[in-house]
Amino acid sequence: MTELPGRIVVAGASLGGLRAAEQLRAAGWTGAVTVVGDEPHMPYNRPPLSKEVLAGKAPFESLALTPKPAAADVEWRLGTKVVEARLAERTVELDDGSVLPYGGLVVATGMRPRRLSCPGPLVGRHTVRTLADARALRDELARPGARVVVIGAGFIGCEVAATAVGLGVREVTVVDPLPLPMVGPLGELLARALRTRHEQRGVRFALGATVAGFEGDDRVTGVVLGDGSVLAADVVVESVGSVANVEWLRGNGLDLADGVLTDEQLRVGGRPEVVAVGDVARFPNARYDGVARRVEHWSVPSDTARHAARVLASHLNGADAELPPFAPLPTFWSDQHDFRLQSFGAPALGRDDVRVLDGDPADDVLAGYHADGRLVGVVALGGQAATRGAARYRAQLLRQPALTA
Amino acid sequence: MKVVVDMNKCQDHGQCVFASPDVFSMDDDGHLAYVPDPDDALRDEVEEAADVCPLQAIRIEG
Repeated sequence: MTELPGRIVVAGASLGGLRAAEQLRAAGWTGAVTVVGDEPHMPYNRPPLSKEVLAGKAPFESLALTPKPAAADVEWRLGTKVVEARLAERTVELDDGSVLPYGGLVVATGMRPRRLSCPGPLVGRHTVRTLADARALRDELARPGARVVVIGAGFIGCEVAATAVGLGVREVTVVDPLPLPMVGPLGELLARALRTRHEQRGVRFALGATVAGFEGDDRVTGVVLGDGSVLAADVVVESVGSVANVEWLRGNGLDLADGVLTDEQLRVGGRPEVVAVGDVARFPNARYDGVARRVEHWSVPSDTARHAARVLASHLNGADAELPPFAPLPTFWSDQHDFRLQSFGAPALGRDDVRVLDGDPADDVLAGYHADGRLVGVVALGGQAATRGAARYRAQLLRQPALTA
Repeated sequence: MKVVVDMNKCQDHGQCVFASPDVFSMDDDGHLAYVPDPDDALRDEVEEAADVCPLQAIRIEG
């Protein structure tokens, strides 16, 4: 006789948590689902927070995600969070002291922005992750004559810099210790093209530069660089990466070195009743080299939730059907100024062998990234024609066998 | 099943075309075209198309 599996608790109420709840229903789970999230809002779509919404072109309300009808009976516990998990006992504890027993657990607690710890005032320094963050930053960028320093030339930093220019701020400078913007995901060829495009549109760069501290008494007035020079600043945006929200999982013998490690089925700690989704999950991708990585692309919450929900529902329904290993084709995009970056595959795995497949880095360009001579990813930079070009390689990237094969 | 795309939100990413090529396509100018009343048999792929839309511009009614 099988024990009743009880309730599934989803820890985290952003895109990954929502998709997990919906996909559990799609996978045939008819039992109770409780989603716990620390923000007061129902799940919302984050990408426009650094772009359209920050620019004031779309209202904050437009970000709301609409749960599917099949998930209408899901219980939402918002404005509270899971502070501890006892996986052996199958319970989680919330910050109000209540304890929830579970039959299944979905880890969907995501990331939070990393903050700089160097000395100086905190007021005037912003991050961009939540609705509240974007609201506060928008108010400051709208002040006439604002001088903006963006620390970190990754996705968020480059998008915010472009948005700030579009809003007509007095000046925008992007600081990064690396020699080019977005050189990690893009490699040198496109990163150089990206830098040129930003500069042509009014963004300044301080590259190869570290931040030593912040000037100002009550609020920030400048950013002190490692060489002692100072960039005057009315508004500072810190976009220096993120930290996984995994503290609540400590004490369970899990690998929490960078997010939470999962197996190839997104299961956590060898427990069939615990799965992880979204950017907190460090999973091996069977399509590539099998190395477990966290992936912060927008497509990941939906892709992981679809797979993890099937794995979890199948186990709790007593079927334990072995699914093929999780092997998503990564994709990302980034809108900056009047151009778009569009990627399919895993360009970061082929950064040492980048070839122009179409166009010209000074104009619309499509770059191919190769590992062992084989195409592993494409990135388009430019307008519609370039991104359509990238899409044409998607099917080829999907067909290829794993790098380990 | 009725499909509604908020064309004010749509930015022609084309992710829906990959998920549901029977219902969504890009025209010669790279703009989205779609079948507003697809067969119910296509529900799974249309739901996936709605999920993967970066702007969350696709709504399924009925």
